Amino acid sequence: MTTTVTSHRTRPPAQPSSLRARRLPGYAAPAIAVAALALSAVIVYGTDIGGPVLVVVLGAILYLAGLFAAANAVEGRRSARNRTWSALIHSAFVLAVLPLVSVVWTLVSKGAERFDANFFQTSMNNIGARDPNGGAYHAIVGTLEQVGFATLITVPLGVLCAIYIVEYGRGKFAFAIRFFVDVMTGIPSIVSGLFVLAFWVLVVSPWFNDGRPSFSGFAAALALSVLMLPTIVRSTEEMLRLVPAPLREGAYALGIPKWKTILRVVVPTALPGIVTGVMLAIARAAGETAPVLLVAGGGAAINTNPFENNQSSLSLFVYQQAGDASKYAPARAWTAALTLVALVLILTIAAKLLARRNRLSR
Amino acid sequence: MAKRVSASNVTAYYGGFKAIENINLTVEPKTVTALIGPSGCGKSTFLRSINRMHEVLPGARVEGSLTIDDQDIYHRDVDVTAVRRTIGMVFQRPNPFPTMSIFENVVAGLKLNGVRRKSILDEAAEKALRSANLWDEVKDRLGKPGAGLSGGQQQRLCIARTIAVEPQVVLMDEPCSALDPISTLAIEDLMFQLKDKFTIIIVTHNMQQAARVSDRTAFFSIEKTGDPGRLIEYDNTQKIFSNPSVKKTEDYITGRFG
Ligand SMILES: Nc1ncnc2c1ncn2[C@@H]1O[C@H](COP(=O)(O)OP(=O)(O)OP(=O)(O)O)[C@@H](O)[C@H]1O
Ligand SMILES: [Mg+2]
Repeated sequence: MTTTVTSHRTRPPAQPSSLRARRLPGYAAPAIAVAALALSAVIVYGTDIGGPVLVVVLGAILYLAGLFAAANAVEGRRSARNRTWSALIHSAFVLAVLPLVSVVWTLVSKGAERFDANFFQTSMNNIGARDPNGGAYHAIVGTLEQVGFATLITVPLGVLCAIYIVEYGRGKFAFAIRFFVDVMTGIPSIVSGLFVLAFWVLVVSPWFNDGRPSFSGFAAALALSVLMLPTIVRSTEEMLRLVPAPLREGAYALGIPKWKTILRVVVPTALPGIVTGVMLAIARAAGETAPVLLVAGGGAAINTNPFENNQSSLSLFVYQQAGDASKYAPARAWTAALTLVALVLILTIAAKLLARRNRLSR
Repeated sequence: MAKRVSASNVTAYYGGFKAIENINLTVEPKTVTALIGPSGCGKSTFLRSINRMHEVLPGARVEGSLTIDDQDIYHRDVDVTAVRRTIGMVFQRPNPFPTMSIFENVVAGLKLNGVRRKSILDEAAEKALRSANLWDEVKDRLGKPGAGLSGGQQQRLCIARTIAVEPQVVLMDEPCSALDPISTLAIEDLMFQLKDKFTIIIVTHNMQQAARVSDRTAFFSIEKTGDPGRLIEYDNTQKIFSNPSVKKTEDYITGRFG
């Protein structure tokens, strides 16, 4: 008994007699796909049990089964499994991309209606419910200023903090910082808004404002900073850790001081990754509504001064317009959403281009 | 400009692990000294403690005294960057800076230590690349990335980078282990030339190489795994390879051990 089992286990796989094997012709897979869809359509519409979605789903299943059977018959088991798994992986990719395509399509098709010059030149000031005009200029200004200030605050702070943790931090203090950064990652945006409301708007802002508390775009920037900081610290930290130690040692061996090594060798090497992390943080902050509503208050008029009075932002604008009773409001909401996505996309592309290891390839 | 390096009772630890113990050895100026011995016996550890690269690792420390022309390298008031500028190092695997061009790689040590003048940098780069036998291969693409060179070229680039700052001692940790025979020969030639100006200490697993390039040879060994490495024998290369005074050395170089 035992001997047969062991010999069965240890026997090497049979050597193929020839390296060439029979293959399904190139047209087989598309042909099976068409046949599967046709069959599925016949079944679904013949028995009247569903619509086009069911046809596609059933067709996909029939395609997988048919592909496996055909490949199994002609090419053998291993190849049949290979084909089925590749088909499954491709379907997973399609499933993952479908929602994205659908979102982009919805945004573009619905946002196109008000994507006009008027939308980008006017605010909602004095726009009544019957007025088809009105725009998001004030919201765009708000988003740019709030996210801009938040970026100015968090990028230096976050990158320096990550450098401290990776390059200098040893012992309890660095551990504590890492721990609190982790905790900060989990702070809900509404809580960061409340924090800034309680601290900045109610306590600090009266000093600058004749004793009265004041909403401001800057307060929104602070709330967004609380959200962006942990993302930037963590992603920068990961990127810095990826820089190989021999690179640092190579610089030390030339007598280059540690801080200069970090500044001129380590950070530039990690830069593309750091920029990606920063852009993720910016994209998240640009989409936040609750903190802006809490501490900048929103507003219909253009306010270019981020330090005084109410300011709106694109995401807040979307929220307000989507809930507005006017029949012209939904179109404005869609266009603002499209603008927000386009803005983040443009910023991301610009940042990637800048961070590309300048004139050196790759 | 070359200097004498001398170690007395050098013991190095990685955390609680003692990697080398009581190393005593003096390297004369303008010579090539080879460190040989079985894997894990602490050659790299000793080499890295000479330019204070050992202490870069968390928990690593060195005891005993290391001097360069009678100045204590580990003295409290010593600036570690000055030590490393005086004692350059070439690593086993080439490590050019990936974000820098060939030219920037070569002058990195000068530039990041405050040399700005373009003419000085140009001159230093050409001189270092010529000494490293690399100039002809790269002179037309100095602006291209250093990481785009072949392995052997990258290693010579790293050597050029090291000698561009004109150190007085050059440490090389198996600099040829990833190289083809022709690049190896080029680097050995280079060592002969550099010997005029620098003191060179090289770790190698290649006995022929040690015999070819070095004036003096130090043989390190360990009793068994987990023991600290010790210096077994240190003598003229000729003596070590023809008539070693310790049996263990003979066994090692004739291939009976290690
Ligand atoms: N970073 C480290 N942390 C802990 N122990 C280490 C570290 N580096 C080396 N060691 C240990 O120190 C001892 C000496 O290592 P070292 O690298 O100096 O050997 P070596 O002689 O250079 O070997 P090789 O010829 O393989 O390069 C070994 O036992 C090794 O396991
Ligand atoms: Mg070694």
